[in-house]
Amino acid sequence: MTWILNNLDLIWELTVEHVRLSIVPIVLGFLISIPLGWFAYRFKLTRGILLSLAGVLYTIPSLALFVILPSLLGIPFLSELNITIALTLYAVAIMARSVADALASVDPAVRQSATAVGFGGWRRFWTVDFPLAGPVVLAGLRVAAVSTVSLVTVGILIGVDSLGYLFTNGFQRRILEEIFAGVVMTVIVALLIDRALVLLGRLLMPWTTVKKIKAGQPQPVTQGAAA
Amino acid sequence: MNLLIEAFQWLFSPERFGGSNAIPLRLEEHLFYSFASVAIAALIAIPLGFFIGHTGKGRDFAVGISGAARALPSFGLILLLVLLIGVTSIQLQIAAITAFVLLAIPSILAGAYAGIEAVDRRVIDSARAVGMTEWQILWKVEVPLGLPLLIGGVRAAMLQVVATATLAAYVGLGGLGIYIFRGLPLGLYDEMLGSALLIAALALVLDGIFALIQQFVVPRGVSAGRAKDVRTSSPRRRAVAATAAEQERG
Repeated sequence: MTWILNNLDLIWELTVEHVRLSIVPIVLGFLISIPLGWFAYRFKLTRGILLSLAGVLYTIPSLALFVILPSLLGIPFLSELNITIALTLYAVAIMARSVADALASVDPAVRQSATAVGFGGWRRFWTVDFPLAGPVVLAGLRVAAVSTVSLVTVGILIGVDSLGYLFTNGFQRRILEEIFAGVVMTVIVALLIDRALVLLGRLLMPWTTVKKIKAGQPQPVTQGAAA
Repeated sequence: MNLLIEAFQWLFSPERFGGSNAIPLRLEEHLFYSFASVAIAALIAIPLGFFIGHTGKGRDFAVGISGAARALPSFGLILLLVLLIGVTSIQLQIAAITAFVLLAIPSILAGAYAGIEAVDRRVIDSARAVGMTEWQILWKVEVPLGLPLLIGGVRAAMLQVVATATLAAYVGLGGLGIYIFRGLPLGLYDEMLGSALLIAALALVLDGIFALIQQFVVPRGVSAGRAKDVRTSSPRRRAVAATAAEQERG
């Protein structure tokens, strides 16, 4: 415990940094996956293309993606931008599929009723389809958020400080406690963000019961690598 | 684009295929660790998953660990286990394989129990009604019907392990990740990119193989009766057509 007690400041600093590095890809991934998910849901052609692309992307191991992306996009390799883009891509890969599935899960009768009472396409999407798809979208968002938090740690290998710093530093200095602190804090950050999303979901979708958005349900969406 | 050409030059230069650091050797290591770990994890997780799926006992436990495992940083887990177990060659391998097995178990467990749980209860009741024993119900009804989801779980586990085995080169385990970690401090970008492309290709090929197996194991009766994704016209057009049909009849 001594190492942990002596380094509380460092752990706190890295935790804050970790949260910051996680939130950007989660939010960006969410925003990007709404239109992409809609395209995948609406048109058969784009569905095939988008979902296979997402599948391929999610299959690529994170370290390999961190190396491949800079050469494709011409961005610096040892940079925060690199991991932000990579993690956003992973988040989109997970969420585009869940948005598509979520929209498909909306009862067509409800959709038709909305059209029948005069809702235009745009208004119907935001006031009927999207809120009703909410619980499934939220489930995908939670999976993406938790895996993003855990992937941020790999960023330390390309020089981006996060809780992953405790892994490499602890390993080089042979301090078991330091690595342990890093693992535990990463899990805590992931669980806190997950909780926050559940609460946000309840706030924004008061009509859903807790049962509907149960945690950790095995979904086909979650299959993939990216350790 | 120049970088890509250099990466391919690195990848296909004759030096890559000889010596102690040859690509085939590293590929073999990578595959060995991946398959060995997934096999061990399967031996543990499949019986457990079948038990949970068949009896319904411990379902919350399975859901809980498959959810929580996603939050576990795999890189940290490997380093932690290596420090705990030791850094000699054999200790290192034990530590790494333990980490891979731990990371592979949740997906396989989830696939095994979800596959069985997804079987229509009426089908199981019918099997029981025609006099099948519990053991027969499990092996002749639940397992064949749940096999695609189980393979899906193994597929996810395999990808997770292949990705984590790349990171394990950091502790000196070998595998294809070694080129990235060797090139990183020296700025050998061709080597890093070449091996990264190779790792990505390996993951995609393995994923493809498992996707094929997944299709292949769907029982014939199930695939014949499955409804296709029918969404050819907009609901509005369909509604109009339905109304028109109604009027004709009326």
